[in-house]
Amino acid sequence: MSSPFSSPDKTSDAAMSRRNFLRGTAALGGLTALAASLSPLLELDDLTSTEKFLQKYYKEMTPDDMSKVIKRISNEVERQYGVRPHVRDLKPMDGVEFVYCLNLTRCIGCRKCVHACVNENNQSRNPEIQYIRVLKMPHGSMDVEKGNHTYDDKHVPDPGYFYMPIQCQQCHNPPCVKVCPVNATWQEKDGITVIDYDWCIGCRYCEAACPYWARRFNWTKPQIPKERLNPNMAYLGNRPRKQGVMEKCHFCIQRTRDGRYPACLEVCPVGARKFGNILDPNSEVSYILREKRVFIQLKEEMGTNPRFFYYFDK
Amino acid sequence: MITAARNYLVFLRRCARIAFVGDWRYYAWMGGLTIVILFGINAYAKQLVDGLIVTGMSDEVSWGVYIANFTFLVGVAAAAVMMVIPVYIYDNEELHDLVIFGELLAVAAILMCLSFVTVDLGRPDRFWHLIPGLGQLNFPRSMLSWDVIVLNGYLLLNVHICGYLLYCRYQDKKPSKWFYIPFVFIAIVWAISIHTVTAFLYVGLGGRPFWNASIVGPRFLASAFTAGPAIIILALQVIRSYTNYRITDKALLTLRGIVQVSMIINVFLLVCEIFKEFYSGTTHGVSAKYLFVGLHGHHALVPWIWTAIGFNLIAMVILVLPVSRSLKYLNVACALCIVGIWIEKGMGLVIPGFIPTPLGAFVEYLPSLNETLVCLGIWAFGLLCYTVFLRMAVPILQGRLAKANEGQPEIQGDEPASVAPVSPATH
Ligand code: SF4
Ligand code: SF4
Repeated sequence: MSSPFSSPDKTSDAAMSRRNFLRGTAALGGLTALAASLSPLLELDDLTSTEKFLQKYYKEMTPDDMSKVIKRISNEVERQYGVRPHVRDLKPMDGVEFVYCLNLTRCIGCRKCVHACVNENNQSRNPEIQYIRVLKMPHGSMDVEKGNHTYDDKHVPDPGYFYMPIQCQQCHNPPCVKVCPVNATWQEKDGITVIDYDWCIGCRYCEAACPYWARRFNWTKPQIPKERLNPNMAYLGNRPRKQGVMEKCHFCIQRTRDGRYPACLEVCPVGARKFGNILDPNSEVSYILREKRVFIQLKEEMGTNPRFFYYFDK
Repeated sequence: MITAARNYLVFLRRCARIAFVGDWRYYAWMGGLTIVILFGINAYAKQLVDGLIVTGMSDEVSWGVYIANFTFLVGVAAAAVMMVIPVYIYDNEELHDLVIFGELLAVAAILMCLSFVTVDLGRPDRFWHLIPGLGQLNFPRSMLSWDVIVLNGYLLLNVHICGYLLYCRYQDKKPSKWFYIPFVFIAIVWAISIHTVTAFLYVGLGGRPFWNASIVGPRFLASAFTAGPAIIILALQVIRSYTNYRITDKALLTLRGIVQVSMIINVFLLVCEIFKEFYSGTTHGVSAKYLFVGLHGHHALVPWIWTAIGFNLIAMVILVLPVSRSLKYLNVACALCIVGIWIEKGMGLVIPGFIPTPLGAFVEYLPSLNETLVCLGIWAFGLLCYTVFLRMAVPILQGRLAKANEGQPEIQGDEPASVAPVSPATH
């Protein structure tokens, strides 16, 4: 640029048209190259529709909006999986606050809960997303950093160890909710922190904020074999998710807001898992939290105040 | 009114035109950048189709080089203020005109920041959920919502200041103080805020002890005020050698002073951090141990961080010695600072915060090829923007692109001003 170039024919007609020709060729080449570079987009099959693009925020939807959205979701699921799902927008019940208690003396680390959860909640099977992580812990320590995440023993329980399943702790003070830039995740009246999968922008700030590593991201298009789909669905619960959004344990909203137990509890072969309404003094969880000498909230010092308690028999 | 609009449009048209003309070196440079950008777009298109799985990120390490580059560039943008402060507060003559170059760099850096955040989103199609009024901006609770506001605000401020000053110069008018001085002062405070808010993004996470330390904020500022002016020192020399714009050595040496002091503070804060993490021996220092010496057979980040520390220390030594008054040494020191701090912010701050996970699992991270191409594309885009900005600004500042010579044959390359006399500094 510094060299003052002053070719004498700079403004002559011939030079002008040559330059214009060159410019035209360059522009054409540039456009072709741009089109070529964008070509992978041709494989984008799940293009967003105007309806989906403009879908309202969950809390701002009228019942009418919601029923339209549910119809759209049902159609989509049917088209994709060949099953007509039963999608509901279940609301929290009055006078109910859910709490989970897990008996560490009983848990044998069989990971049955992990798989029951995947089946119930329509997680992607490939890559497999799991909400529950079971840690194999050496006797005597509650320090998760000593836990083994990938144990692969033929026989459980392994003597000298105990097992600690960890999932979303449904915090009273959830850091994940605080950090979400678009309010796509929030805590409901019954204590369950939910995600609107149609509102999440996929920034993964909540995943960084959760002290329990409870959140999972859909790094690619989730895949569920047709025959494995659970058609009993809730909007804020287990309806199939899309690529690029966050998900996590929601205490099986589609079951628990309907008077049933979470899938992980039902499958547990040793009865280590207890679930119920803490506001009801006669519930099993109320009894446990009243009578047990020690129960533990993981990482209590975080100030998250989980609704998930670990306790011991003796 | 109509003439004003017309004049402004002519100004924009002439600016746009000059972005497309230059000598062969200009075309080669811009062509090269465009090719890299196209590769980046291609890689991003693949990512849009297949999802973020094409990156090296995972549920364990859920942010990677995108956010690392973002963090680094926020620092660069903030550092433009380092040139503004001496000029407007101390009226440093040497830096007067150069401020525009710094602010244009800030604009380019913010554009890159915004690109880096966008490519990091799982659902970029839902960006409008962030727009206050339309969407649901979680302000003031979420630090990310603060970041959205301060970054866009900073962009607007700098675009306004540069645009206004350049347009005045183009018209050979004295800029009206009320139209830009208040904004300059706001921008100064704002610059500090963009970097502080970005630091708070990390500091606010109680579940990540490596980030949850009050020293992160000050360290961010110190490192930004090292890397930013270092980039400007190099950029100014490039401008000086490729155009006939006059930039004195004295101006460069003023900036050297800033880099020098910031680097010393930066290294001091690093020492504070290392001491705290290692001496107390609590389990909170696990990430730091992993970062600096490796742990349980995992040590992917060890070579990175020691390279960064090595570069920073060498740069500091050069900077404090009088040899760095010679541009040759100063440039080496600046290059070392830039690379050192880039690594320190990325591989040294963002990644180790995720390792181990809050449940104690060690999963390492390396950027994938696709991810790297996207990053290179965005860097090329930033450089392209900065080049275009300079291409417009330099002739305007020199008075070669001015209202006075409207209608006369347009300038082509960087020929010495023969069309209009170089007007003296007007503001
Ligand atoms: S455990 Fe994690 S995801 Fe669950 S509410 Fe608490 S912070 Fe949120
Ligand atoms: S990933 Fe989704 S839910 Fe999580 S913080 Fe970002 S927008 Fe909110």
